[in-house]
Amino acid sequence: MLSPNTPETKPIKLSVKDLAFCYGEKRVLDGLTLDIHAERVTAIIGPSGCGKSTFLKCFNRIHEVSSAVKVTGDMLIDGVDIYRGGIDVVDLRRRVGMVFQKPNPFPKSIYENVAFGPRLFGVNDRASLDLLVEDALRKAALWDEVKDRLKESATGMSGGQQQRLCIARALAVNPEVLLMDEPCSALDPIATSKIEELILELKKTLTIVIVTHNMQQAARVSEYTAFFWLGKLVEMGLTERIFTTPRERMTEDYITGRFG
Amino acid sequence: MRTLPALRTSPTAKHVDRLMRGVLWIIALGFIAVLLIFVGAILKQGWPVLNLGFLTKMPETLDAGGGIKPQIFNSLYLVVLSLGLSLPVGLGAGIYMAEYAGKGRALQFFRLCIETLAATPSIVLALFGMIAFVQTMGWSFSIRSGALTLALLNLPVITRVTEVSLQSVPRELKEACYGLGATKLQTILKVALPYAATGILTGLVLTAGRAFGESAILVFTAGTNTSGQFPDFRLTVPGETLSVHLWSVTSDGTLPDAREIAAGTAAVMILILLILNLLVRFLDRAIRRRTR
Repeated sequence: MLSPNTPETKPIKLSVKDLAFCYGEKRVLDGLTLDIHAERVTAIIGPSGCGKSTFLKCFNRIHEVSSAVKVTGDMLIDGVDIYRGGIDVVDLRRRVGMVFQKPNPFPKSIYENVAFGPRLFGVNDRASLDLLVEDALRKAALWDEVKDRLKESATGMSGGQQQRLCIARALAVNPEVLLMDEPCSALDPIATSKIEELILELKKTLTIVIVTHNMQQAARVSEYTAFFWLGKLVEMGLTERIFTTPRERMTEDYITGRFG
Repeated sequence: MRTLPALRTSPTAKHVDRLMRGVLWIIALGFIAVLLIFVGAILKQGWPVLNLGFLTKMPETLDAGGGIKPQIFNSLYLVVLSLGLSLPVGLGAGIYMAEYAGKGRALQFFRLCIETLAATPSIVLALFGMIAFVQTMGWSFSIRSGALTLALLNLPVITRVTEVSLQSVPRELKEACYGLGATKLQTILKVALPYAATGILTGLVLTAGRAFGESAILVFTAGTNTSGQFPDFRLTVPGETLSVHLWSVTSDGTLPDAREIAAGTAAVMILILLILNLLVRFLDRAIRRRTR
């Protein structure tokens, strides 16, 4: 874990300045400013309805698919504005992968789930797909469990396996950022610890932002923690500091379970 | 100290529950009974008439002993043609409504149009088809007049079924697809439509069944005669179908064996519909196995 005494060496990957977000008339996020470093895990904590998931979805603009939303402020990836920088939203979503709260594999075979992304980008020959599928499944620590049943339906796997398959599916398009929206909330403790190990492995090459309700999980996997309350950022800093010497009373109360 | 009231399921609730189960069971049973009696009666009357000659001979106009070979062909041919016309349009309209149209007034109006078309009595469509295709276009009673008018009957159902089936696709699946960097069209083609396929297929069969049994429209557009050739794929010739034949032989009264022919025709129709339904059930299961 990064300690307050060692300087941060990783560059800023995502930068948010004065972000506000509205669903129709309803203001869900307001005045958010924070930076997220590359190859670090940043945990977002806060009570239900505080806008954590919405915030996460701003990074790949997935909320635009189903509802009319309004975003103001700046949100930069490698210094380029996600909303106004002339970025192609389809390309953005390739670069910023997402793992959802509930495992959502496609009703296809394990192999086809992972090959789905590469196929979208025109990779169709068997040899290349085989390589990409194996690589992604290995990175998601799933290869050994499924290598003999790649043709079987993904919907027959256990919840934990399905979630790791969804991670493999996201990894197969070679993203730079991985957004994880409470990825373990539907999983048992063993499956959860596997995902956590995986996160620690993946952060060597990826920027990870994870929303979680589990304080221990935030403490275990993240370098940075941001505490949200009612659509606002209360406090953000190194996880170690947030959990030992929070500056805000509200953060302390939430972390220690006095409210939330 | 206050005592909290005891919570017990009341005996009445249990009785009502059991009663309702019985009532629903009886309704289901009654349904099956009516169907069995109905189909049984038709098959019983038609069975003695059903033989290879009846199925493979051309119809007679005045003498007994005619067959229904061209009517079987015309029925199936018209179903295929009308579906071929309405499926691309209906699929397109359904996809538009489910995936592209905003939630605004334009969509409401579009939906109203489709629902109105769906609720239009077939005799109105029949007369429209006769005026538009038979008379104005000068196509007379023909397969093409029939197929086009029949397509109008199919269109709203296919559109609606496509829309509803696409709306039932889980949002998480679409989000997963978008999240990988898919475009809207890719998401529709690779995730939404495969998932919706069984629903659309079921709707398609219902539509096919309805088109197969339709009579009013075809009496006024495809006519009550056959071309006298078999198989006749021309679009310009009149094309009497089984259900129209059933109606015309019983209402003309020129055939001595009209009763038998009607009974046989009805039996053939029921059997074809049965085969069609079984076939689709099989297909549906095959698709489901691949996409769910």
